Amino acid sequence: MKIHVAGVGLTRFGELWNKSLEDLAMEAAGQAISDARIDKQKIGAIFVANMLSSKLYGQDHLGAVVTSALGINAAALRVEGACASGGLAVHMAVQSLLSGMYEHVLVVGVEKMTDVLPSLITTALSGAGSEDERRAGLTFPGLYALMARMHMQTYGTTREQMAAVAVKNHFHASLNDRAHFQFEISIEKVLTSPTISNPFTLFDASPISDGAAAVVLSSKPIKKGVVITGSAVATDTIGLDKRKNLTELTATTIAAKKAWKQSGVGVKNIDVMEVHDCFTIAEIMAMEDLGFCAKGEGGRFIESGQTRLGKKLPVNPSGGLKACGHPVGATGIKQIVEIVQQLRGVSGKRQVSGAKVGLTHNVGGTGATVVVHILQK
Amino acid sequence: MTGIVSYGTYIPKYRIKLADIARSHKKNGDEITKALQVYEKAVASLDEDTATLAVEASRQALLNGNIDPKDIHAITVGSESHPYVVKPTATIVGELLGVSNNYFAADLEFACKAATAGMQFVWGLVETEKARNGLIIGSDVAQAKPGDILEYTASHAAGAFILGKKNVIAEIVDFVSYTSNTPDFWRRDGQQYPSHGGRFTGEPAYFHHVLGASKVLLEKVKMDASDFAHAVFHMPNGKFPKIAAKRLGFSKEQVATGFIVDRIGNPYSASSLVGLSAVLDIAKPEEYIFLCSYGSGAGSDAFVFKTTKEIITYQKRNKNPVVGQIEDKEYKAYRI
Repeated sequence: MKIHVAGVGLTRFGELWNKSLEDLAMEAAGQAISDARIDKQKIGAIFVANMLSSKLYGQDHLGAVVTSALGINAAALRVEGACASGGLAVHMAVQSLLSGMYEHVLVVGVEKMTDVLPSLITTALSGAGSEDERRAGLTFPGLYALMARMHMQTYGTTREQMAAVAVKNHFHASLNDRAHFQFEISIEKVLTSPTISNPFTLFDASPISDGAAAVVLSSKPIKKGVVITGSAVATDTIGLDKRKNLTELTATTIAAKKAWKQSGVGVKNIDVMEVHDCFTIAEIMAMEDLGFCAKGEGGRFIESGQTRLGKKLPVNPSGGLKACGHPVGATGIKQIVEIVQQLRGVSGKRQVSGAKVGLTHNVGGTGATVVVHILQK
Repeated sequence: MTGIVSYGTYIPKYRIKLADIARSHKKNGDEITKALQVYEKAVASLDEDTATLAVEASRQALLNGNIDPKDIHAITVGSESHPYVVKPTATIVGELLGVSNNYFAADLEFACKAATAGMQFVWGLVETEKARNGLIIGSDVAQAKPGDILEYTASHAAGAFILGKKNVIAEIVDFVSYTSNTPDFWRRDGQQYPSHGGRFTGEPAYFHHVLGASKVLLEKVKMDASDFAHAVFHMPNGKFPKIAAKRLGFSKEQVATGFIVDRIGNPYSASSLVGLSAVLDIAKPEEYIFLCSYGSGAGSDAFVFKTTKEIITYQKRNKNPVVGQIEDKEYKAYRI
């Protein structure tokens, strides 16, 4: 597989009160098209990743929203897979190029979340879980807290180790002018912030953000650059109650295996990665499930500092969902944009020196959908 | 020069601790208190409302200033909890104070800045000598939906200021308004409680308008933060006014005296007025005082005051300063 990333675009993530869903989508799409130096009329199809526009704004039919704003008549559709919508849309775009039907496609991920009250957002996001979970009153902080508790009991993972994820990712975001939270925090700050769902405090959670990201993918190279060599999706039970094990995301391990096979690279080849850290425990589990450390060692792996920028294996140089922000439909595409920029060597203060192979890991719900992409220079 | 000739404050004596409210909702009281930087809020008794609070504060103002009610020619009552939708509160207050029939009366509504809007309005009447003295009142028995974050701070109090040209204790040097159509906090007809836009009430609402009005006024009067002895900002919680003050260059010491939210909560339209009263209680002559209110919806009124030597004798007459009213309290249990 060799899908060319011709162009990338990314808006600022954060509380963007004066920008609409369409404004954000167009800003990112415009950047990506411009970066690809492609005539927009040559775009054969558009994949729009979004989770919440129907529920929050009554806006369906997002494909046509984007084509009408762009002024083109390409095929266009919306892709929804909860917080993995972005990764899934890239996967669909890759398929469409591999089929030979299109030569150039645009993928736009966008979410506008801050215009509504937290209670409505929390309810809307609960759509990523099972009906039983909603009936039981479980929200996503609660579901990930259950996994965190189990991880702590089973492997001795500590609150300090979880906090280390947030501290590292805030440090990375402090160097990223597109990030929602461009400031550093301390372990103490994480541990003493208000409890949101025991054992999590406020700083264990990714924020509610607005933002958009876009990529132009091509089956033929427009210019020499980064290629996608692996694009894999796996699923698992929608609810946690049907899982055999609460301390791993099985879909991550399955998707990773497929992606390694497709790309011909493995754990040892990865120079930089963006993983789905919606809650701090999620990054710890991602390290284990992707195979970067042994099961149960994720907390100690992060705590050792080797996943910080400048160290052996930088993880979430953008700041991750935790600090760069988490506009859910945009997140999976932002991960691709970040890795493309790292492999192009244009990440400035956040540049991972000599990065040639990167990975993205995008999760929907509590791991009911996982998308893994491998990108190479 | 038109200025403040007297003022009065009424803070009901009952208090509810935020930790008690939190406990009732099974929330962590320490975390909420720390996040809002408010410890307790003042609440009126069952037989008190916006009108009675307004009368109490106004009587205090008349008494402190030794002013004949018949010399009051204008009354505005700013509130978002007027007892009647149609009947004015200002006429109830005027009647109970013994003001003659020869006065202008109006109820004003602009969320938490309705009273300072009245101050700008009445300044015009006094300055043009359409009124010898004008009484502006901010009075609220603020309501919030049980369990809503607003409930922890929504409190009850009133502030009354009499403007005139004779025996002025603080001149109104200048003022501005800064306004936009910003839907951060609202209450539609028939709604029992107000609604708000959560975090939208912060940067694009409170901070945009408070900083906007303050900067415009400071530029207009060619002054900066260091020229003022005291500064008072609307206090919806303990955090916002401190952040706004810091961004404008005011020190902690400059805002300390008028910072009353941590002990009485946010009595909406009375908030900045009670803060100003606390400052005037101790201010020295020839001091500059900065004030900026905020009203959702949204707008800010910013003022520069300058105290006169009259304030020394005035302070000796004032038997009921804000500090005493804050300390005179009785805790009530919270139940829903």
